[in-house]
Amino acid sequence: MTGWWRFRMPKSGALLNTAMLTVLVLLVMVFIFLPVLWLIISSISTRAELLSVPVHWIPENPTLENYISILVPGSATSEVARTFKITLRNSLVVATSVTFISLLAGSLAAYALVRIRFRFSEILLIGIIGTRMIPEVSLVIPLYILAARIGIINTPLVLMATYLCFSLPFAIWLLAAFFQTIPLELEDAARIDGCSRIRTLFQIILPISAPGLVSTALFVFLLAWDEFFFALIFTSTVAAKTVPVAIAEFTGRYVVDVTAMMTGGVLAAIPPVVLALIFQRYIVSGLTAGAVKG
Amino acid sequence: MAALRGKTSLTLRQRDTIIGLLLIAPSLVIIFGIVLQPILSTLYLSFFDADLGLGRTNIFLGLGNYLDLLADPVFWETIQRTLYFTLVSVGVELVLGLGIAQLIHAHPPGWRILRASLIIPWAVPTIVNGTMWRWIYNADYGALNGLLLQLGIIDKYIPWLTKPFTAMNLVILADIWHSVPFIALILQAALATLPEELEEAAEVDGATPWQRFWFVRLPLLRAAILVALVIRTVEAFRVFDIIYVITAGGPAFGTVTISYLTYLETFSFGNVGRGSALSFLISIITLLLAFIYIRFLYRPEERME
Repeated sequence: MTGWWRFRMPKSGALLNTAMLTVLVLLVMVFIFLPVLWLIISSISTRAELLSVPVHWIPENPTLENYISILVPGSATSEVARTFKITLRNSLVVATSVTFISLLAGSLAAYALVRIRFRFSEILLIGIIGTRMIPEVSLVIPLYILAARIGIINTPLVLMATYLCFSLPFAIWLLAAFFQTIPLELEDAARIDGCSRIRTLFQIILPISAPGLVSTALFVFLLAWDEFFFALIFTSTVAAKTVPVAIAEFTGRYVVDVTAMMTGGVLAAIPPVVLALIFQRYIVSGLTAGAVKG
Repeated sequence: MAALRGKTSLTLRQRDTIIGLLLIAPSLVIIFGIVLQPILSTLYLSFFDADLGLGRTNIFLGLGNYLDLLADPVFWETIQRTLYFTLVSVGVELVLGLGIAQLIHAHPPGWRILRASLIIPWAVPTIVNGTMWRWIYNADYGALNGLLLQLGIIDKYIPWLTKPFTAMNLVILADIWHSVPFIALILQAALATLPEELEEAAEVDGATPWQRFWFVRLPLLRAAILVALVIRTVEAFRVFDIIYVITAGGPAFGTVTISYLTYLETFSFGNVGRGSALSFLISIITLLLAFIYIRFLYRPEERME
């Protein structure tokens, strides 16, 4: 309970200590929330107010117009706003598929690697985890050439396939850490009762590791939602473009449209932030499993 | 009896191997197709003068691309900038992350809210983070200028992103905001698992708070710190997204890191061979960094369960 800075002091000292720590908490909170607040305020300001000096910290005429023009069909004033909703859908489709495939293939592999001891299983696990060291930029050219040959550039398919290069090894790594925490006895009991390996996996291991599966799914979904580099290279039309690419384009191709940029930013941040806050417990347990037992 | 058991366990093991390989097969096929095959192709391409055109015959250069790079001052300046970015951002993130983790661990009023709040910067997508800070740094209407002017720290608006060194440090600040929570959350989770008795014993023995931190707590955190460091260093060394959005490598190449240079070589200048050589070097350096960390920090006997 005692922090290392908690000096041995009379009661008034402990009070002072608590006060100091509280000030520190507040400082960190200010550092966290100031930029986010400004992002949100910018998204509900009018452009005229945003482009004024000195800065209007509190908008005099807050407006939801920016959100309406992106979200309500037919009300869009610009091409950017019209297409942004489609990119949100693309991101959702890609991230969900990647999460599903990574979890399915990853749980089979992770179980085999940590629970069935066979030749090469150790080497394979290290090798698979090692692929996390390979940056996307080292894979992008051959993948581009391959995708162009098959003809899937500018389709969500190319992202679903290529995102697996980081999401699958990550899922295997995290799931392996979770599976290792399940007591062997449980599994042995099932196997003595005549359960096959596959049935043991689906009826014993997976149900018990539900929290680990949730946690892995969250991390993979967030990774895929966040991914920018492959999306930038592989998609340039609205048919497959994801949200990060759309937001980056606000700053480039179009005349800088600050309000749309900030509104898009808030909309892109809502799904991951809300998911992460709701499933906070799983995020922390995932970080612990990855970090402490890694 | 013993012979019988030996025989069944042998067939069992054989069956296990087959089932094991079958379970791993889908993942291995995927990893081979989109990781191993491409990285080998990249290595192959790095020996050629190649471009993105699919039909042209490539000219074999041997190690030419690598030798060219090593003789190019731009390459070395880029490596320096990348190392600067990595060292400063990861260093500050580790110090702040450790501090915040301990702050949470001391359970002051509001620590739960603080821990929940930390998740927000971590979950905000990198590109959104970048556009947000780019807007904050804006020379004419930015919040940073507005705030500093109202506080009387500056007397006129400053174009923050026009000086290479300042631009680099501001990109680092944006990265710190995004990544400190990651380290803080990992370390506070690790702190929560530490035994209290050791520090109490040290306190009884008259150790000062600083000694307790340095000699008792920090060594126990080594495994968690190692993982946080490896993950963050590898990420920082290949930084791309945030630079693309905030500065696009400018001003005057001042924020071009090694990944950004690879992107420019390959997709802006069309030098696929050179780009491949660069990207292969990134992989090698990344592996090397991870290896060095593990060599110096990993002690298997201290692994926490």
